[in-house]
Amino acid sequence: MSVSKEDVKHIANLSKLNLTDKELEKYTTELSDIVNFANELSNIDVDGIKPTAHILDIKNVFRKDEVQPSYDREEILKNAPSKDAGCVSVPKVVE
Amino acid sequence: MDLYSLTLTEVASKIKNKEVSIKEVLDNIYSRIEDVEPKVDAYITLTQKLAYERAEKLQQRLDNGEDIGVLGGVPIAIKDNICTNGVKTTCASRMLENFVPIYDATVIKKLEDAGAIIIGKTNMDEFAMGSSTETSYIKKTKNPWDLSRVPGGSSGGSAAAVSAQMAYASLGSDTGGSIRQPASYCSVVGLKPTYGLISRFGLIAFASSLDQIGPFARTVEDATLMLNVIAGHDKLDTTSADIEKEDYTKALINSVEGKVIGIPTDFINDGINSDVKLAYDNAIEKLKSLGAQVKEINLEYAKYSLATYYIIATAEASSNLGRYDGIRYGYRTKDFDDLDDLYRKSRTEGFGDEVKRRIMLGTYVLSSGYYDAYYKRAQQVRTLIVENFKKAFESCDVIMIPTAPNTSFKFGAHNASPLEMYLEDIYTVPVNIAGLPGISVPGGFDKNGMPIGIQFIAKAFDEKNLLQVAYTFEQNTTYHKEIPTIEEGK
Repeated sequence: MSVSKEDVKHIANLSKLNLTDKELEKYTTELSDIVNFANELSNIDVDGIKPTAHILDIKNVFRKDEVQPSYDREEILKNAPSKDAGCVSVPKVVE
Repeated sequence: MDLYSLTLTEVASKIKNKEVSIKEVLDNIYSRIEDVEPKVDAYITLTQKLAYERAEKLQQRLDNGEDIGVLGGVPIAIKDNICTNGVKTTCASRMLENFVPIYDATVIKKLEDAGAIIIGKTNMDEFAMGSSTETSYIKKTKNPWDLSRVPGGSSGGSAAAVSAQMAYASLGSDTGGSIRQPASYCSVVGLKPTYGLISRFGLIAFASSLDQIGPFARTVEDATLMLNVIAGHDKLDTTSADIEKEDYTKALINSVEGKVIGIPTDFINDGINSDVKLAYDNAIEKLKSLGAQVKEINLEYAKYSLATYYIIATAEASSNLGRYDGIRYGYRTKDFDDLDDLYRKSRTEGFGDEVKRRIMLGTYVLSSGYYDAYYKRAQQVRTLIVENFKKAFESCDVIMIPTAPNTSFKFGAHNASPLEMYLEDIYTVPVNIAGLPGISVPGGFDKNGMPIGIQFIAKAFDEKNLLQVAYTFEQNTTYHKEIPTIEEGK
């Protein structure tokens, strides 16, 4: 399996990245190289082998459902690229 | 002898015994930085103001007879993907160029509780993706052993800062070798602890099933002190292991008598530089002469670690980096038509080449139709690698391999092929895949005078055996005492 230009266009779109034609060429070659390299895994017999979901045997770590102080609103908003009336501001989403 | 050339242990003891004031130590390290940093470029941000304020408070407490901690007054550098309250944390990316965290990572709290002084944030590959620190959006860090070569990566700034004596120790993060490989390239000690031993709360995520924070230091003893401070369970990190705290300094015993060292011969013969191989063979002889038993072991699946790694790590990265959308924090594009355009332009302009490559690769291996062939298969091979190591550790205490197949390369050497650069990680990624602890210790120099690292690997949570063998190797060799020239090489 190799990666085609169409594949790269598709995954760039899923990743919400815009590519120029030149970048499209470049990434198609590079991603093909890497995917071809990764194809060596297809030679390994993995029948009946359980996938590793977590390297430590930790499952469902819960905390008590208690109210705790959170960060200050103004503090949090300091990092927002655009804000208005104590909120993060975004372009109109619904017409 | 200048203060900056002391080890962490030595300077901490001088401060404690009031042979020097904390201010003198800070003055000295910042003047060293002023001299050397223009050539090395290890730091993104220096935090003099905060550091001096802290120094004054710590000194007062010390003068009042208080115990200010094992790292009391010691200047430490932090990789710029670890959140520091009120201090810019950029991940060396345009995306986070102006990001100022409003909280401290747990490791920062622990360091400060132990009396450390954060003196600055260090350069790295963008979002920790790279093996040379060349993908940084901010600057290029040079290798103190030859300024025309890379320091390794992704924690290149943290390694170079310690190597060039601009910090007594530093923190880095290691997802596929990002602490051990630059430690090897810069001739310092770099420790990647067991997955789960160190809290990652406040570490900006790259690949969550692999990422681990760890220390750089000039000696194994110093790295052990750092580990003692930062290890431990944290309820803010649900992947942190809830185990009893240990005193790792008890492992600093100069003996390998009776220890069994595993040598995976089949794994290390391909594509290894002859000088590195020679250093490795010398290391085997050295440990034998010190009474260790050397045993050949089989790691037949280790060679598949790289392919496994680049599937799992990029898949996780594509998910983790989905949060950078230009809305709540981080870079937002100036001109956009609508919300979707804002997302696309912010991400396209905010991320560099390598980050985009990995996001797309990760998206590819997770996408419909490819998931089973790549992601699921990689997770299955991961199981085989984990089992491989488990079996190997039934017959040995510690595994020894080189840290990297080659020594530091010139800037731009791998620009043409990202895959070639990925291959440099072949000896470090298996450790992350299996969640094990690994350490790189100075182990020699190649014919150009560039450092070579020897890597030790132990069972999960068996840092004690790991450190004892690494310490013994270091105490019976002199490579760690060599100091870089901080000049352009031949």
